[in-house]
Amino acid sequence: MQDDPILSIRNLTKKFGGLTAVDDFSLDVFPGEVVALLGDNGAGKSTVIKCVSGVHTPSAGAISFEGEVVHFSRPIDARTKGIETIYQDLALANNLDVPGNVFLGREVEKRYLGGLIRPLDNKFMLSETQQALSTLHVEIPSLQVPIETLSGGQRQAVAIARAVYWEARLMIMDEPTNNLGVPEQKKVLELINKLRERGVPVILISHTLPEVFAVSDRLVVMHRGRKVTEKKVSQTNSEEVVQYMVGALDDTRQTAPAE
Amino acid sequence: MAQPDPEAAAKAEFAAPKTRSTTDQIILSIIQVWAGVFLAILILVFVISIPLVSGSSVSFLTVRNSQNILVAITPILLLGLGQTFVIISGGIDLSVGWVMSFASVISALALREAYNAGLALPLAVVVGFGTAVIGSGFVGFLNGVIIAKLKVPPFIVTLGMSFIVRGAALLMSENTTVIGLPRGVRDYGNESLLYFIRGEGGGFYFFTKPEISGEMLRRMDRIISYPVLVTVIVVAISIFVLRRTKFGRHTYAIGGNREAAVRAGVPVDRHIIKLYMLSAATAGIAGFLSMLRFTAGSAVIGDPLLLSSIAAVIIGGVSLFGGSGSLVGTVIGSLIIAVLTTGLVMLNVQSFWQFIVVGAVVILAVLIDQSRDMIKNKIETR
Repeated sequence: MQDDPILSIRNLTKKFGGLTAVDDFSLDVFPGEVVALLGDNGAGKSTVIKCVSGVHTPSAGAISFEGEVVHFSRPIDARTKGIETIYQDLALANNLDVPGNVFLGREVEKRYLGGLIRPLDNKFMLSETQQALSTLHVEIPSLQVPIETLSGGQRQAVAIARAVYWEARLMIMDEPTNNLGVPEQKKVLELINKLRERGVPVILISHTLPEVFAVSDRLVVMHRGRKVTEKKVSQTNSEEVVQYMVGALDDTRQTAPAE
Repeated sequence: MAQPDPEAAAKAEFAAPKTRSTTDQIILSIIQVWAGVFLAILILVFVISIPLVSGSSVSFLTVRNSQNILVAITPILLLGLGQTFVIISGGIDLSVGWVMSFASVISALALREAYNAGLALPLAVVVGFGTAVIGSGFVGFLNGVIIAKLKVPPFIVTLGMSFIVRGAALLMSENTTVIGLPRGVRDYGNESLLYFIRGEGGGFYFFTKPEISGEMLRRMDRIISYPVLVTVIVVAISIFVLRRTKFGRHTYAIGGNREAAVRAGVPVDRHIIKLYMLSAATAGIAGFLSMLRFTAGSAVIGDPLLLSSIAAVIIGGVSLFGGSGSLVGTVIGSLIIAVLTTGLVMLNVQSFWQFIVVGAVVILAVLIDQSRDMIKNKIETR
């Protein structure tokens, strides 16, 4: 194949009490590719990405990132490694302005009197934010308003810009086009392409198959916690994918028939 | 740029600037600062009506009256200060009233014992201050830990804590006030930076109290008493902290979207603990200052001030849902309450009316806040 995988999930299992949410799941993600993670509600997609982003700790299996095995116990652990997650609900503070969100939790301060007085360096954060947005060709009329006044797509762009600014090595996007209008959906897909151009791999969770086919290189379908197939987008089609999603097709069954 | 046209089109999709007419902008900015406008109108009404009602010799705008108002808002403002931080973060602190009483008692005890043990008065006062801040800060720490780590709702925790602290204050003061403080304490609580003597032989005296007596003493006003000075300093630092520092930014972020703050790596639990410590500590300073002012520790001094301070915060435009508001608003809210109270007294209105009026203003404030959002939406979707 290509180079070494950036992310490598091996035999990941996650149990909640008696329920096995993810069962022996493996996946490799390579630089600059967009991998779609598909499946019905409750198939285990979210649990997989929560394990990768440090929200859950796996019950069994290993996650390697850039060649080394990682154990995240908190989301911030994953973020410091460069794994950025963009959630459906955006994880932005709507009452803060754009730079406030881009720098949330990593604010830049000025120091006076030997660090006794440390006001925020708003000017610096604003100009950095402007730059980050312009490298993504995103234009937002005013950055210094609470982002609740922005459109859904603009907010999504802010979340992506934040990840890019902090040099994300892997981007996980959980239904990024949910609740967006059609033009805004298009814009977000464009941003995903930009990430690919920059070599940042993306794991995309989506229910919208046309979108998946438009933007992904590879897709992985989960059903009841297991990976039932993994295909290049060019080698499959919507009908077949739906068959996998509802459990009518299952690659693992063909190789290892049920007892 | 290499790609001319598609990029421009994509940009255009995002850029949909909302245009507002000038009248809309004026309406919006007036409702934005309505509390300030309301305060100005209130002062104007009292300035005009008080001489008419109470005789032309009585005036609202005097040095003495302004100082009375400042002294009156000192505790309300200090309680409202920490409360503003807490409410912006999406919490509430119902314990500040009794924490103030508690601080008043423990600082009086500490000051008295330190002085009796032979410490010089200024040092004993410092011991009293330290005891007030550390003691109440510890109460705030308990509040914060139970709220942040054990996930008990702030309303319950701080309500329960207020009973605990109330009991402690009453026990330690033996159900009464702590007296027997050195005489000099009175000066710390009542003397001021500047003195002004009206009329004949008068003038300004800076820092040193003029040696006068009798009729002349009655013509003397104290401008910026020490408690007011301390409050002004605390307020100024707090405004800076809330508006311009990481601490303030995190406070807003937690109130706006706690989950986002957690995911962004803001140490949310620790921050919440700090907020309740701050709230209790400013209440502690209020208790300490009142102890100086009355030369006694009182186990009941803060209780009636709790609701006034929350009223001041709400009148000042802090949303009870968290995420928005400012300390300048709280300062204006406190001023509105103090001006109302003082003005009504000067109009010879029976003092119980002030409760009715303040209550109405609180409800009005929330109504205006709600309609502000409605009007904003209306204008923006037009």
